[in-house]
Amino acid sequence: MQVKSQSFKENSKKALNDKTLQKALTKVRGNFINKRKKAVDELPEFDTLRDNARDIKNHTLDNLDLYLEEFEKKVVDQGGHVHWAQTASDARGQILDICRKANAKTVTKGKSMISEEIELNDFLEASGITPVETDLGEYIIQLRNEAPSHIIAPAVHLTMDQVREDFIKAHSHLPDDRLLEDPQSLLLEAREVLREKFMEADVGITGANFLVAETGTSVIVTNEGNGDLTQSLPRVHIVIASLEKLVPTLEDMSQIMRVLARSATGQKMSVYTTLSSGPKRKDDPDGPDEYHVILLDNGRTDMLGTEFQEMLRCIRCGACMNHCPVYQQVGGHAYGWVYPGPMGAVLTPNLIGVDKSGHLPNASTFCGRCEEVCPMRIPLPKMMRHWREREFEKHLTPPAQGRNLKLWLMLVKRPNLYRKVVRIASFGLRLFGFRKSRTGFLPMAGAWTKDRDMPTPEGKPFLSQYKGKQKIS
Amino acid sequence: MSKEPRVGLFVTCLVDLFRPSVGFAAVKLLEDAGCDVYVPITQTCCGQPAWNSGDKVDTAELAISVIKAFEEFDYIVAPSGSCAGMLKKHYPEVFANDPAWKERTEKFSEKCYELTSFLTDVMGVRKVWAEHSANVTYHDSCAGLRELKIKKQPRILLNSMKGINLSEMTDNETCCGFGGTFSVKYSDISNAIVTEKSGHIEDANVDLLLAGDMGCLMNMAGKLKRQGSKVEVRHVAEVLAGMTDKPPIGGKA
Ligand code: SF4
Repeated sequence: MQVKSQSFKENSKKALNDKTLQKALTKVRGNFINKRKKAVDELPEFDTLRDNARDIKNHTLDNLDLYLEEFEKKVVDQGGHVHWAQTASDARGQILDICRKANAKTVTKGKSMISEEIELNDFLEASGITPVETDLGEYIIQLRNEAPSHIIAPAVHLTMDQVREDFIKAHSHLPDDRLLEDPQSLLLEAREVLREKFMEADVGITGANFLVAETGTSVIVTNEGNGDLTQSLPRVHIVIASLEKLVPTLEDMSQIMRVLARSATGQKMSVYTTLSSGPKRKDDPDGPDEYHVILLDNGRTDMLGTEFQEMLRCIRCGACMNHCPVYQQVGGHAYGWVYPGPMGAVLTPNLIGVDKSGHLPNASTFCGRCEEVCPMRIPLPKMMRHWREREFEKHLTPPAQGRNLKLWLMLVKRPNLYRKVVRIASFGLRLFGFRKSRTGFLPMAGAWTKDRDMPTPEGKPFLSQYKGKQKIS
Repeated sequence: MSKEPRVGLFVTCLVDLFRPSVGFAAVKLLEDAGCDVYVPITQTCCGQPAWNSGDKVDTAELAISVIKAFEEFDYIVAPSGSCAGMLKKHYPEVFANDPAWKERTEKFSEKCYELTSFLTDVMGVRKVWAEHSANVTYHDSCAGLRELKIKKQPRILLNSMKGINLSEMTDNETCCGFGGTFSVKYSDISNAIVTEKSGHIEDANVDLLLAGDMGCLMNMAGKLKRQGSKVEVRHVAEVLAGMTDKPPIGGKA
C-alpha cells in the first residue's frame, strides 16, 4: 500500500467534499457510539475491567520475551510451527514458502489487519496465488480493490447502494433484478459465493485477536463465522499476528474479551469466538493438517521501553476512531495508510516513520475522547504530543508554524511588551469589528475567516483595565 | 491560611484580549463566594500552544514564570477548563523528570482550579443571585470535561438562577472543532466539525449558548454568526455574575 499520509490535508479535503462518503460516515456517528454506550452502561464493573485489561497487557509487555518463548514451546509441542518475522517482507516470504510447499492455488482469508500491514494480497497475487477475503467487509473492498477504512468495519466508508452495485457487477451469474436490500441479504449472497471458495482453498490465513501463552492458542472473534471455515477447512492453517497480541493465560484473555466486543460493536461478546491450538489431532473429526503461526515484529520491539510502549496494549477495537471528531468527518482513507484514527495517529509513525506521517499526530483537537473510551486506557493524546515533541526536536515542524510559535514566544515571555501589543491588537481588532463585534475578514486569519466570522474584542484588554490587588506581599 | 482564601486569578490570554468582562465576572463571582482576589498583571499565557506544538523547553520556561507569579496564593483559578487543565494536569508532566521543579510544581498544580468547579467544589457555592431570562444550552468543552471532570458544576450554578431555562443539545460532549491551532492548521476539518455542532445548537431551540472556554466559544460564535444564526453566545461566567450588559461574543444576529 502506497503511503499517502503526507497528503492528509488534501485527502481530507476530498473526503469532506465526497457526498456519498459523508452519507456512509453517519453510520459511525450513530451506530457504534450509541451501542457502545448502552453496553458499557449495563456493566457497572466496566471501568474495573479496563484497569485489569491494562494491567494484564502491561505485565505481558514487561515480560514479553518469556511469554513468547512459552507460546512457541506450546505450539511446537502441539505439532504446530512458529515462524519469527522481523519485517513485513520476512512474513510474506514465510507465508509464500508454506503456500508453495502446500501447492496452494487458492488461499482463503479471515479478517486481519496484519495482512493489510504486510500487503499480503498483492504479494500473493503477484506470486500466482489467489487470495479470497471471507469477511464480508473485506470481501467487498477486495472486489473494489480498496484498502480498509476502519480496523473493524473495513467497508464502513461505503453505502448500501455502492455495495449492491459491486455485487451485481461481480456476481454476474445471479439474476440482475434480485433484491439486495439490507446487510443481511448481502451477507447471504457473499456466503453463497464464498462457499465454493472455502471448499477449493488449500490454505487458510487468519489473524489473531489474542495469542495465549499458557496453551499456545490463537483466538479470533468474528460475527460471521467465516473465520472458523477459513481455519478448519483447508489443509493448512496459517495464523499471522504481531507479537503484542500475546496474553499469559486463557483467564487473562477472557478478561480482556469482556471489554473488547463492548467497546467495538456494543455486543457483550462477538458471535463467534474461535480458539485454535494446533493441527488436527488423531481423534479430531476435522481441522488442518498443518498449523503455522507467523509472529511479526515489524517495529514493535523498538517501541518497548519508549514513551510509545503503551500503544502495544491496543486490542484493535476501533472505539477511538468511532469517537474521534476528525475520523468522523474524514473517514479512514484520508489517514493514508493501514491504521486510521487516533490509534493510527500514534502507531503509524512508529511503523513507517514520523517523516512520512507527521500530519497524523498533529491532526487532532486533543479533545481526549479517544482516551476516554479506550478499553485499554491508552493515553492516545499524550502519545500524539510525544510525536509532536519528536518532530519539534528534529525540526520537522512546518516552517510557518515554527515562525508563528517563535513570534508568540517572544511576546509571552515579555509581560510588559505583551500588554502593549495586546492593547494595540485589541484596538485594531475592534476597528474591524466596529459595531458588529465580529468580522468576516481579517488579514492573516484567512484560514479561520473563510468559513467563520472572527469575534472581536469587546473592549480594552482586561489586564490594562484591572486596577485591583495584584500581590499578597 | 487567613479566613478568606486568597485566590490568584489566571485570566487567560483569550479572555484578556477578547472578553475582558469574563475577567471581571470571575473577580465578582470569586469575591461573592468570599474569596480575597488578586490578579498579577504580569501574567501572559499558560504555555499551552508551545506544549501542544511539542516545544518542551519553552513550555517549561513559561510554566516557571506562571508558577512563580501565582504560587503564593491559596488557590489559582482560571475561567477556562483548558487553561486550568494545563496548570493542573500538564504542568506536573512538564516537570515530571526535573527534580528541581517537580515537587514545587505539584504543590502549585494541586491548588489550581477552573472557575465554576472551584466555586461549587471548593467554596461550596450552590446558588448565585444574578437573574437572566433565557433558554440556554451548555457546551461541555473537552479539556474541562475530560481532564477536570467538569460537567455538573456549571449546571448547578445555572439552575440556581432565576430565569434560566437550561436544556441539553445532542452530542453536547462532542468537540466543537476548535483545538487551538488545529482550527487554522486543519481549518477544513475544524469547519466541518463546528458546522455539525452549530446544527445541534440550532436544533436545541435556545436563545443563548454558554460554555466555559473562550476558544470554543469564539469558534462556535464565529460559525453561528456566519450562518446568520440568532442564537447568542456568552461565557458562562458573564451570566452567573449578571454581567451581560456587553454585546454577546460575536455580537447580535
Ligand atoms: S487504541 Fe484503544 S480504543 Fe483505539 S483501537 Fe486500540 S484499544 Fe481500541
